[in-house]
Amino acid sequence: MSIARFWRETPRRYNLGGSKCTNCGTVYFPPRSVCPQCTHHRQSIEKMVRSQLSGEGEVLSYTVVHEPAEGFEMQVPYVLALVKTPEGPVLTGQVVDVRPGEVRIGLKVRATFRKLREEGKSGVIHYGYKFSPVEETNGGLPARGPPVPAPESLERPRSAAGA
Amino acid sequence: MQAGIVSYGAYVPRYRITPAEIGRVWGIDGESMGQALNVQRKSVPSPDEDTITISTESLRTALLRGAIDPQQIGALYVGSESHPYAVKPTATVVAQAVGATPNLTAADFEFACKAGTAAIQTCLGLVGAEMIRYGVAIGTDTSQGAPGDALEYSASAGGAAFVIGRERVICRVHRTVSYTTDTPDFWRREGQKYPSHGGRFTGEPAYFRHVTECARALMEAVGSTPKDYAHVVFHQPNGKFPQRVGKTLGFSEAQMRYGLVTPYIGNTYSGAALIGLANVLDHAGPGERILMVGYGSGAGSDAFDLETTEEIARFDRSFGRPVQYYLDHGVELSYAVYAKFRGKIHMGGE
Amino acid sequence: MREVAVLGVGQTKFGELWDRSFREIGIEAGLQSLVDAKLSSADLGALFLGNMASGSLISQEHIAPLILDYAGLAGRHLPAVRVEGGGASGALALHQGYLAVASGLYDYVVVGGAEKLTDVPDATAADISSSAADHEWEVVFGATLPALWALMARRHMHLYGTTREQLAAVPVHAHDMAGKNPNAHYRNKLTIEQVLGAGPVAEPLGVLDCAPFSDGAAAVVLGPLEEARRHTDTPIRIAASQVACDTIALQNRQEFTTLESTVVAARHAFAQARRAPRDVRVAEIHDAYSISALMALEDLGFVEKGRAGAEFASGRFGRDGPLTVNPSGGLKAQGRPFGAVGVAQVVEIVRQLRGEAKDRQVDGASFGLAHDVGGTGATSVVHLLERTN
Repeated sequence: MSIARFWRETPRRYNLGGSKCTNCGTVYFPPRSVCPQCTHHRQSIEKMVRSQLSGEGEVLSYTVVHEPAEGFEMQVPYVLALVKTPEGPVLTGQVVDVRPGEVRIGLKVRATFRKLREEGKSGVIHYGYKFSPVEETNGGLPARGPPVPAPESLERPRSAAGA
Repeated sequence: MQAGIVSYGAYVPRYRITPAEIGRVWGIDGESMGQALNVQRKSVPSPDEDTITISTESLRTALLRGAIDPQQIGALYVGSESHPYAVKPTATVVAQAVGATPNLTAADFEFACKAGTAAIQTCLGLVGAEMIRYGVAIGTDTSQGAPGDALEYSASAGGAAFVIGRERVICRVHRTVSYTTDTPDFWRREGQKYPSHGGRFTGEPAYFRHVTECARALMEAVGSTPKDYAHVVFHQPNGKFPQRVGKTLGFSEAQMRYGLVTPYIGNTYSGAALIGLANVLDHAGPGERILMVGYGSGAGSDAFDLETTEEIARFDRSFGRPVQYYLDHGVELSYAVYAKFRGKIHMGGE
Repeated sequence: MREVAVLGVGQTKFGELWDRSFREIGIEAGLQSLVDAKLSSADLGALFLGNMASGSLISQEHIAPLILDYAGLAGRHLPAVRVEGGGASGALALHQGYLAVASGLYDYVVVGGAEKLTDVPDATAADISSSAADHEWEVVFGATLPALWALMARRHMHLYGTTREQLAAVPVHAHDMAGKNPNAHYRNKLTIEQVLGAGPVAEPLGVLDCAPFSDGAAAVVLGPLEEARRHTDTPIRIAASQVACDTIALQNRQEFTTLESTVVAARHAFAQARRAPRDVRVAEIHDAYSISALMALEDLGFVEKGRAGAEFASGRFGRDGPLTVNPSGGLKAQGRPFGAVGVAQVVEIVRQLRGEAKDRQVDGASFGLAHDVGGTGATSVVHLLERTN
């Protein structure tokens, strides 16, 4: 992706800046210049104003991705979700800091700021929003942690795939 | 000095690895190594975390806690030795991500592990001179030791952000002094992935000399003695060095209780002393005096004589997570997953 | 508007056609359709070519005149137009061809669909397929096309109790059907256990829930229905051709277990044909992912919303049921050369309605449906076809 193409969206991708129709009050993310909800779209053209999302949300649906999008190879398996914000918009984003088996519909999440992908080893680094659980989903560590022979944090029972 | 700390936030990534697990891979008794270093586990960043994201997380927490309008930030400095770019500032991304752009000055600091305390001093100057309303000083690292090197048992990731201002100060800065020499105890040359160090040379002539001299200089300057302080925070490359330096200077274990965090999260380099200070502030009530001494290889120390104010009783810590949370929580990784997360595995096409 | 008929059909084998180029397969399907229509190229008015991603896949844009040229028609200077609508490109090209003949501007047109996917590595093909979703607000955040469909699948399971095993019945059915299709990419039998045990792609979807990346081309000749008898004994009338669109990004929809574009296209199509879903005897529906087929059956009006999993697993969409679904093997087993899919679906329905489908012939098929989807449903196309003799 060209530098300019990502850069021009950074205010939205870094800070969840959306837009709001002052005609009907509907909030959009990403921002729109016309309100699809207003019967006469033209009336909304000059009436869309900036509207900040809080970053709060709830998982509507999720998937654990094993065959990644380009640039996400190091992150597999990763959780991708539809996150419903209290302001209205639904966002597609990764849920991080969670065991894949612990994600569920209804999980409360909050936006966090992470690296999305890199343009190779020498290119620019793209940052943006992801989500992490509001409540910690794993218990506390033992005072002295035992060695972990297998990457248990990343694995989960196969049978859970269809749950 | 009018300027002081008006808010702060810390962030430590979620993953941990133990010295025993690292030692298992290199055929070393990692558990004994961990005991010798007083490091029980160290934090590991996710593949999608770096100094920019950790700095942003900690600063977002600080801004929420202090109800600070990011547009009122006049300067933002990020101290780190693991800036994601060799050229292109960490600070600009962080400033954009918290909504502080465009009317501020920003820069990256590098002074091994004390770049964060150096950033605090700079902000104190700017704020004290009333050139800016708020200055932000962040110390963050995602440092790596070379595989198998002694540093690998401690080098970890984390950071803390401090907002310096004149209004609603929760912790006054009475005085800060520094002690700086040319001492090549630890370095990383341009283009090198892992740092090099002088082994035992990092001890006496480097860490211990600078930290003790700087601490003594500060106490002499303000006429204090160790018993005047409720808390002391030292730079903590491992859990042992700060204990030893504290004992040398005449501080008790109780004074170091909250300031010593490395045993539970490892050495966060530029973040180390600052996360220790954040933990102290998490627990402190009004009127508690704090001595903080940072250290950066190369070498130098910055010492601070601090005191909490009545304002800290009203300070809203409900945003973000307290440091204690990060000391108690985490998900342990195997060395294999750690190696994947830290980019130690060569991927196809590289 | 004139009535439009399909006069000829052609299709290459779908699959890994290592020794054949994009232009070769495009021409093969086109010429087959002309021969089948007993039409000379001199009678042709225009070419419409459905293709999703030739620029990314083979670094070749401007492919409609290229195919025209290699079909030997460059000297006649016919208009040749490429049509793109993600995975629905082929069906969308058919809609354009339909309009061209119905309007009276052209009498005979060839509508082709072609895609060459094996000239890039699988991972690249997957990235290219994701470009039918919203690159800026989905793909940049780690979404892939199967991941987005998996989000719909999980939601469907959550709301309606659809099970993993019910999803698995879709590819099992597809392979069962494709066993009798010599053009199919995969003709092997599958079991539910094999589908459940296959490696995960985007949970709950596994490798065998997802259609393959195939090479292939298909073509149909369209002409005015009143002239159809001169070309074929069994003219197939296009009873309806409808396109409906929706938001490019899944996240911007109100519902995640229904494709409104399919619902609207189907409603308009049945209204245009003055028919109902129960009249359909044979249907080729979009089954790029197992969940796609279940949602399609509901959105097209064949089963009640939320019931498709149970209904499908009961086996009622097999060859002997009242409605036979995807006798070709569908995208899952016949194959998925993006732009060729929508045209190949119509080729299969035409063969079924003519009674030329050999081993896989569906008895009593006189009215059929073809349903093609682009991306996650930003475009849906529904065609209804009817035997007129």
